[in-house]
Amino acid sequence: METFWYGAVSFMLAVYIVLDGFDFGVGIVYPLVARTEPDRRRALAAIGPVWTANEVWLIAAGGLLFFAFPKVYAAGFSGFYLALIIVLWLLIARGLALELRSHLDHRLWRQLWDLAFTGSSALLAVVFGAALGNLIRGVPLNQDGYFFVPLWTDLMTGPEPGILDWYTILMGLASAAILALHGANYLAMKTVGELQRRARCVAWLAGFAVVGLVVAALAAISYVQPIFRVQYSVYPIGYLFPAAGLAALAAALQLRRRDRDLASFCASSLFILAMLASTAWGSYPNLLISTTDRGNSLTIANATAGTYGMQVGLWWFLIGFGLIIVYTITVHRSFWGKVDVDQD
Amino acid sequence: METALPYDRLQFAVTATFHYLFPQLTMGLALLLMYFRTRALTSGEEHYHCVALFWTKIFALSFAFGVVTGIPLEFQFGTNWAKFSTFAGGVIGQTLAMEGLFAFFLESSFLGILLFGEGRFSRRIQWVAALMLFLGSWLSGYFILATNAWMQHPVAYSVAADGRLFVDSLSGLLTNPWLLWQYMHNMTAAVVTGSFVMAALGAFYLLSGQHMVHAKTCLRTGVVAGAIASALMIFPTGHENARQVFEHQPVKGAAFEGLFRTERGAGILLVGQPNMETMTIDNPLEIPRALSFLVYEDLWAKVKGLDAFPREDWPDNLPLLYYSYHIMAGLGTILAATMGLALLWLWRGRLFTAPWLLWLIMLSAPFPYIANTAGWMTAELGRQPWLVYGLLRTADGTSPLVHSGNALFTLLGFLGLYLLLGILFLFLFAETIRHGPSVADAHPVGDPSGDQA
Repeated sequence: METFWYGAVSFMLAVYIVLDGFDFGVGIVYPLVARTEPDRRRALAAIGPVWTANEVWLIAAGGLLFFAFPKVYAAGFSGFYLALIIVLWLLIARGLALELRSHLDHRLWRQLWDLAFTGSSALLAVVFGAALGNLIRGVPLNQDGYFFVPLWTDLMTGPEPGILDWYTILMGLASAAILALHGANYLAMKTVGELQRRARCVAWLAGFAVVGLVVAALAAISYVQPIFRVQYSVYPIGYLFPAAGLAALAAALQLRRRDRDLASFCASSLFILAMLASTAWGSYPNLLISTTDRGNSLTIANATAGTYGMQVGLWWFLIGFGLIIVYTITVHRSFWGKVDVDQD
Repeated sequence: METALPYDRLQFAVTATFHYLFPQLTMGLALLLMYFRTRALTSGEEHYHCVALFWTKIFALSFAFGVVTGIPLEFQFGTNWAKFSTFAGGVIGQTLAMEGLFAFFLESSFLGILLFGEGRFSRRIQWVAALMLFLGSWLSGYFILATNAWMQHPVAYSVAADGRLFVDSLSGLLTNPWLLWQYMHNMTAAVVTGSFVMAALGAFYLLSGQHMVHAKTCLRTGVVAGAIASALMIFPTGHENARQVFEHQPVKGAAFEGLFRTERGAGILLVGQPNMETMTIDNPLEIPRALSFLVYEDLWAKVKGLDAFPREDWPDNLPLLYYSYHIMAGLGTILAATMGLALLWLWRGRLFTAPWLLWLIMLSAPFPYIANTAGWMTAELGRQPWLVYGLLRTADGTSPLVHSGNALFTLLGFLGLYLLLGILFLFLFAETIRHGPSVADAHPVGDPSGDQA
């Protein structure tokens, strides 16, 4: 039962990164690809109807984590205190930028929100990558299952690291590049003309950055976190996940070269899913790995919310999840196809 | 170590209070929007559709602010209240996760269809989307209030060996007896806010001679809905809420009424200032025996005062709690009276030509917000010193390793950010009102392509 919830929470988070990932990516590449006001409107219209629903996956994933493993929620959120509050402020700024830009027709007003949109999207992409890096590297949990890490110390990994060290910064940069690729792929799929041409070009360039950064990040992970190496050598079938991820990345680039926009977007989605699945596989059954004493790690066994709660949750989760799939498909089908913005 | 507790409490209070300014409007408007959409379909009258589009815009604005200010609350359970989350997560995780899964997806998916779908979907499909939006926002309120009701009146839990709580009956949690009246009271209050804002805007347009047809529709709808909701807000929902407080949290009830000493035939204070030095009420003006009657239906019933409870179980900010309760109850009465008067004038066909009454309605618009905020302060200050009533004290629920400096830093950050947000919201709200409902809105609204361009 705990394993099911470990999978469910990981899956919800992975879907969140794939879905909100493309609108973060649009934010990152926005100043590069959308040079004119009509193009900017098209780029925003491409994510307008879906980004709120995408963001809800984060809230729902957070809710599920709280429900299934409250101790991890409590330890993680209080431990990464400053980073998470800063994430909140960035999410607020980003939400407002998307919502408010169209409310006033004034050049400065729009420039302000464009800046907020790109800045918050890029920073959040880096922060999410760094967060994943922290989960992989581990944190200094004490006997009560709590920890507190500052934003940075000396930028080195070790038993008492900061949230940012050389390795998590590398993960953050890789994350930003991956989402830039993903967002550019999405825009290429949803638009035509000059905007599409630029999006394809940016996606192509971002693809190379992704390859370099991902190779570096994989090497860093196996150096920083030996638990992953152990987990993979015990269950080598898990190598299928990173292998599938790398294959999807290769496919994304190959399809990109032939300007197969939809297929390339699907490939970059698969790439993200497979890489996050690799992480979940390597970490299992740990939820938060302790850097100080392995015995302090929070696992699916010692952080569970109880048998009855998890069983009854299964019922409403399956119903709710079915409904979500229906809504998500409904919304994406409703706005399927190229963005069509009337010129005033 | 200097304790972070006051900053943690203040931060949650500030963020929750500010957040709730937005959903109370959207939950109320969701119901009124359903009415407009239904009328537009059944009567085929175009102006109902037009006015629905206009209020959808205001809904969307308030919803956007509600979403961005709501996420911090979910986060804060973990960031600032880690021990509480560890202790109670096995129970309230259920309702919080269900809110995410059942309510948020429903709302945000279908709001997209309503906002971007004009001209793309038939009016029937839009009606369905409006229904989903209504269901989503009211479900969201239900799950949040189920969480709060459990903190006020814990049910359906068992205690594990390590002291953590686990849910042992989901249906028990969702049908917490406390929840029924709290939910009804809260939702009628949300409808009161929606109705007042709608009626006030109608009154403003009428007084300033703009958008006359829409103004009358808004005013009529707002007054009828507001009169019904504000009556229900007082009786039975408000009354039953107060009764269950006296039954299950008598010390909170005594603090509401400033009842320092246990009395037979206790009265209800209309005015008076609690004096914490002498433990009496200064300048009292009271209705004798009314409290005993309302709570126990007996003029001479004994009502327990604060002196019947140990001092450490008293709510820690007694005067503020006392005033919150009196502001809520006082304003609630004034709101109901205003709407009652307006309904009478509407029925006599004289509402639209009575400027004094239109002014009164227009100027009353902020009061539901104040009353609802005071209502939340009443519920939450009254729960102190408990975080989970009778089970976990507030002081024992904070994050053990988050020091006061960090909590103060983020508190200041939220204060600054929310000040900016408040100014932005008022500014954009005023812009939307200035733009007004118009036939030109019958094409995509809220489109990032910028329909105002």
